[in-house]
Amino acid sequence: MREFARYWRSLRCFWGTSLAAELEYPLNAWIELLSVLGNLAGSVFVLQLLFGGGPQLGGWSWSGALVVLGLYTLLDGFTTCVLQPNLSRIVNHVQTGTLDYVLLKPIDSQFWLSARTVSPWGLPGILAGFGLIVWALLNRGPGAPSGLPAAGPVLLSLALLFAALVILYSLWFVLAALSIWFVKVWNATEVLRYTLVAGRYPVSAYPPALRLLFTFVLPVAFLTTVPAEALLGRGSAIWAFGSLLAAGLCLVASRLLWRYAQRFYTSASS
Amino acid sequence: MSWAWRVARALLGSQYALMLEYRAEIALWALSGVLPLIMLGVWSGSGAAAAAGLSAQQLSHYFLAAFVVRQFTVVWLIQVFEDDALQGRLSPFLLQPLSPLWRYLAAHFSEQASRIPFVAVMLLVVGLAAPGLLWLPSAGNLLLGILAIVAAFLLRFLLQVLVTTLCFWSERAAALDRLLMIPYLFLSGIVAPLNTFPPAVRRLALATPFPWMVDFPARLLAGEPVNVALGFGAIAAWCLLLLPIGHWLWRAGLRRYSAMGA
Repeated sequence: MREFARYWRSLRCFWGTSLAAELEYPLNAWIELLSVLGNLAGSVFVLQLLFGGGPQLGGWSWSGALVVLGLYTLLDGFTTCVLQPNLSRIVNHVQTGTLDYVLLKPIDSQFWLSARTVSPWGLPGILAGFGLIVWALLNRGPGAPSGLPAAGPVLLSLALLFAALVILYSLWFVLAALSIWFVKVWNATEVLRYTLVAGRYPVSAYPPALRLLFTFVLPVAFLTTVPAEALLGRGSAIWAFGSLLAAGLCLVASRLLWRYAQRFYTSASS
Repeated sequence: MSWAWRVARALLGSQYALMLEYRAEIALWALSGVLPLIMLGVWSGSGAAAAAGLSAQQLSHYFLAAFVVRQFTVVWLIQVFEDDALQGRLSPFLLQPLSPLWRYLAAHFSEQASRIPFVAVMLLVVGLAAPGLLWLPSAGNLLLGILAIVAAFLLRFLLQVLVTTLCFWSERAAALDRLLMIPYLFLSGIVAPLNTFPPAVRRLALATPFPWMVDFPARLLAGEPVNVALGFGAIAAWCLLLLPIGHWLWRAGLRRYSAMGA
């Protein structure tokens, strides 16, 4: 318990200082807001083009696909807030040797590397994603049960969203930790950002081979499609269980990989 | 002339050697360009392409060509330049009797050259996973397509030079590049063929420089009917428009540059 309180105090200190530093650049808030709105408008436009051939995309209705897009936007905002500012720096620490100082600190190094800073510029994305989800649920069109879902599906989808956040974090951390071996991998984490774009669309919209790839290799399906299904009242026990299991496995894998990777860290000049 | 040749050879040679040292990075960068292939997956599953008059084969040719075009028109000038300016590495470059932009341009060309094997491997994987997806463009189209890719790359590089010069005024100019990415992503034809756009949006897109960067070279490679003269003309016109602006911004920015920490 004392340990927990110590980490909590450290976290408050970390985030307080990094917020103060980030607020030095108020122009970034506007840029980020514009970029979120522009990306959202573009994504809705492309989605509309994809719906040009019929009322469904891979068995998903227009509003269902919007929920998926909203979840993607939300996760992207989370990435900008926490993952990107922290984990894209591991490469620099390895390259310049400052990882030494991190490892020497009397605090868990994975915690420090993952939570040292926070950026407020992901908030517009989180809010926009949330707004889009609520809007899509309220406008589900004729034939579908309208209005917000009951408490059960909402709780389930929140749990699945949490699992999605854990999976996303683990993917980012694993890729960032690889920089211990490939020192020069400059911003390997950007790759993840570009491939996770697949999560903008329901996984059933892809051909079968890609569906398997996005479920078992790069678990994009668990990031957006599974929580969206729960939110639309179509959640199934097996997918929910699979999602939680995947989250647990990913987290443990990231932890094990980090402990293994540290054995290969030889500091900068040696 | 011989001086220019010597400089070009030295720059390209050293930058290519440097890029080969970063092989793992280049492989990952090549992997990060899979977006057109992902979009091909979504588009082939929806009936929208057929509704717009595109056959399945036309669709796959278009997106595979867009994939290749995207691979060889990636520009990362601003990220590197921002870092160089902030860390003070720019100062020694500025002392050389050659604009640092030439060094960055050489680095981009070298990176493209070192990308070729990775792109070839990825195309091979696509060909093995889905035989019949690959095709060989006619010699004329291939030649014109490669020329169009180079022209499109130069246009994109020039456009980013404009944003890059803002690094002289702001410490976080790379954030502005994210704004530039948005119209590029949605109007250039990476995520959706321009034929599927509603006519009004399509006219709007064609009035911007973006469709000439992906849609035009990709359609050339895919063997679609395309107005070659208009395409190259548009790229040349945009370049002629951006060149003086970029030159002027660069000069104005250099006068402001005081090296970090000075």
